[in-house]
Amino acid sequence: MDKKLLMRGSQVIGETAIRAGCRFYAGYPITPQNELPEFMSGAMADLEDGTFIQAESELAAINMVLGASMAGARAMTSSSSPGISLKQEGISFLAASELPAVIVNTMRGGPGLGNIAPSQGDYFQATRGGGHGDYRTIVLAPAHGQELADLTEKAFEYADRYRTPVMILADGMMGQMMEPVVLPDPINLAELPPKPWVLDGADGRPGRLIKSLILNTMEMEEHNWKLARKYEIISREIAAAETYMTEDARFVVIAYGTAARIAKGGIKRAREMGLKVGLLRPVTLYPFPERVIREMSRSVKDFLVFEMNTGQMLDDVKLSLEGRSTVHFYGRPGGVVSTPDEIAKVISSLYYRQHLEED
Amino acid sequence: MKKTVFAGFGGQGVLMMGYVFAVAAMRDGREVTYLPAYGAEMRGGTANCTVVVSDEEIFSPVASSPDFAVIMNKPSLLKYEGVMKEGGTILLNSNHVSRELTRDDLTAIRIPAVDIARKLGSERIINMIMLGAFVAHTNTTSLDSIMNGLSEIVKGKKAGIMKLNRKGLDEGAEYILKGDLR
Amino acid sequence: MEKVVFKRPKYMKKAPFHYCPGCGHSIIHRLMAEVIEELGIGEKTIGVPPAGCAVLAYDYFDIDMGEAPHGRGAALATGVKRILPDRIVFSYQGDGDIAAIGTAETIHAANRGENITVIFVNNSCYGMTGGQMAPTTLLGQNSTTTPGGRDKDRDGAPIDLSEMLAITRGAVYIERTAVNSIKNIRKTKKAITKAFKVQMAGLGFSLIEILSPCPTNWKMSPVDACKWIDEDVMQTFPLKVIKDETG
Repeated sequence: MDKKLLMRGSQVIGETAIRAGCRFYAGYPITPQNELPEFMSGAMADLEDGTFIQAESELAAINMVLGASMAGARAMTSSSSPGISLKQEGISFLAASELPAVIVNTMRGGPGLGNIAPSQGDYFQATRGGGHGDYRTIVLAPAHGQELADLTEKAFEYADRYRTPVMILADGMMGQMMEPVVLPDPINLAELPPKPWVLDGADGRPGRLIKSLILNTMEMEEHNWKLARKYEIISREIAAAETYMTEDARFVVIAYGTAARIAKGGIKRAREMGLKVGLLRPVTLYPFPERVIREMSRSVKDFLVFEMNTGQMLDDVKLSLEGRSTVHFYGRPGGVVSTPDEIAKVISSLYYRQHLEED
Repeated sequence: MKKTVFAGFGGQGVLMMGYVFAVAAMRDGREVTYLPAYGAEMRGGTANCTVVVSDEEIFSPVASSPDFAVIMNKPSLLKYEGVMKEGGTILLNSNHVSRELTRDDLTAIRIPAVDIARKLGSERIINMIMLGAFVAHTNTTSLDSIMNGLSEIVKGKKAGIMKLNRKGLDEGAEYILKGDLR
Repeated sequence: MEKVVFKRPKYMKKAPFHYCPGCGHSIIHRLMAEVIEELGIGEKTIGVPPAGCAVLAYDYFDIDMGEAPHGRGAALATGVKRILPDRIVFSYQGDGDIAAIGTAETIHAANRGENITVIFVNNSCYGMTGGQMAPTTLLGQNSTTTPGGRDKDRDGAPIDLSEMLAITRGAVYIERTAVNSIKNIRKTKKAITKAFKVQMAGLGFSLIEILSPCPTNWKMSPVDACKWIDEDVMQTFPLKVIKDETG
């Protein structure tokens, strides 16, 4: 039998996190991601060195992660939109203190309590830092089961490498859906690079300090620039996007996550109608793969941004294009999941309206 | 690409049907997605899931216009009849759903799953009977694949229970193959 | 022959305290450094300073220190301790930090019986932000947000956080002490020592609430501030062992 397993998205994230060396998880119940803490409770109990805590709040959970990260653990928390808002305090402190951690946001409809259907309403919150202060969070946007595994593994790697919080931006559908997945092999924790900054008791060395308070303005400024330089390096090194049928495309849809897989279906149907359409799917939302989009604007004059919100990534696409091409938008907020046929219709009507069928 | 909805009351093994089918199709080497209803949609005792099986990449896992529906109770028929793909097929547990279809483009296949289950001595295998009938009618996978999928999912289950499940599958399939659809 | 009668504790850095004249933090810091040295745990202790006046505690302790967001000390310390159960972990928190914004984190850490030690410095006001009403501000006490004095109907009564924590099942040792006299300072040191020993023995959650003078915000001389603790603060917050389940 091959190594493929039919697994629920939440479980894929959890199982991969354990294999990637996650040994600390704290969280608080919220739909639609309860399967993840439920899975982690069992998985951590099976490990000799695993810790699972059902925290009293999202605030407590992210601050427990802050502590576990200071102590050197690969640590994770997860929630869904309203809970992620509460976690922003701790995410800002993680970024400021340059601590690695992985945060999973299984997005639901909003604002407020909204609903529990799949949505992409938290794009701004995720990619603009989310909490207070001048910082960014690496944001990874899986679109299918296998990528949940691949990107969870990467999330822990990036968090450690850049000492910064990494967010996995999924949605309610991805968390619940089962798809065939091949899980990565477990890593050997002892082989990970040492962390010469952890707080584990000043035995034979001077005391260490992890903090975010920097009262001296010049020092604070330098710290802000240090973080900014780090984000520049991150942008250069990890920005990623997938393209689909873009080689000869005259019209390109830009979408991520669940919206991207639906869009892919729409593009396939549009191709069957003879339209030269392709897909560009950002895999990293921060850093945003702006270079790929800019390069594509040499041959593509019309882009369609499709999101399950009222237009958020739209801003990043426009910033990337700097006016070089026309940007259209189609959005379905509120937890509505479009059908590929619906996207195909949107594509074809824009395609003909822009006279792209003419040579 | 074929989309199938499995729907009924909680406790009828509806999610299990879909899950087993999805695992079987995956082991057949096909692309597959399994999407259960979750959260508030599950309250009120109804359960449903959508399984998409395809030879190429699956875009939407959602049950927009399913090709097949396996319907275990009346509320589920009301919910799904209207969204079925034109020319689609609904397999009905006729002991619980006797209503006629309102759409004439759809095919209804009625299986007295409760009667068959009673004859076999366990009402717990109603879902396997329906699944057997579904496989026999649609040919989307084989009964052997279903059995392998089942063993993979319920590791460590007693041989007796597995035998009973196999019997349920066989009887469900047999009912279709006999063409005795009344 | 010279005899050393007073010296800087081993785990205090060579740095002058920035605290106001008459502030209790410097005394409490010193006591803690002495206890850490005496118990021989300086190489395995991790401190969690709060937001508030004592955030700069990390400038004085020569041990590993990790700063917590306002009120989250107990949650952060939980994370550290669970990963490193053989280390000694303490959080150091003020009254606004622990008894207002961090109430939930504190109660639940105590209730889970987290094997950590909390040093709760009660000066009955928000010191760092300029003397606003704290949950521990006494009835009738003036603060910058209780003009005319704290009024029960308008502002609510002072909160007995330590007593509240004592009824949680995970709390093992809770004592209220003060640093307004030599006698009380000595008792405080004993209490801190016991709290750390509770943790070293793996017994569970320990907390020492320390009544501490804030002459600046109370607008008193240091001497009067110490007297006021005796005469007024202790009426609301009496010194005692609130819970002791160490056997």
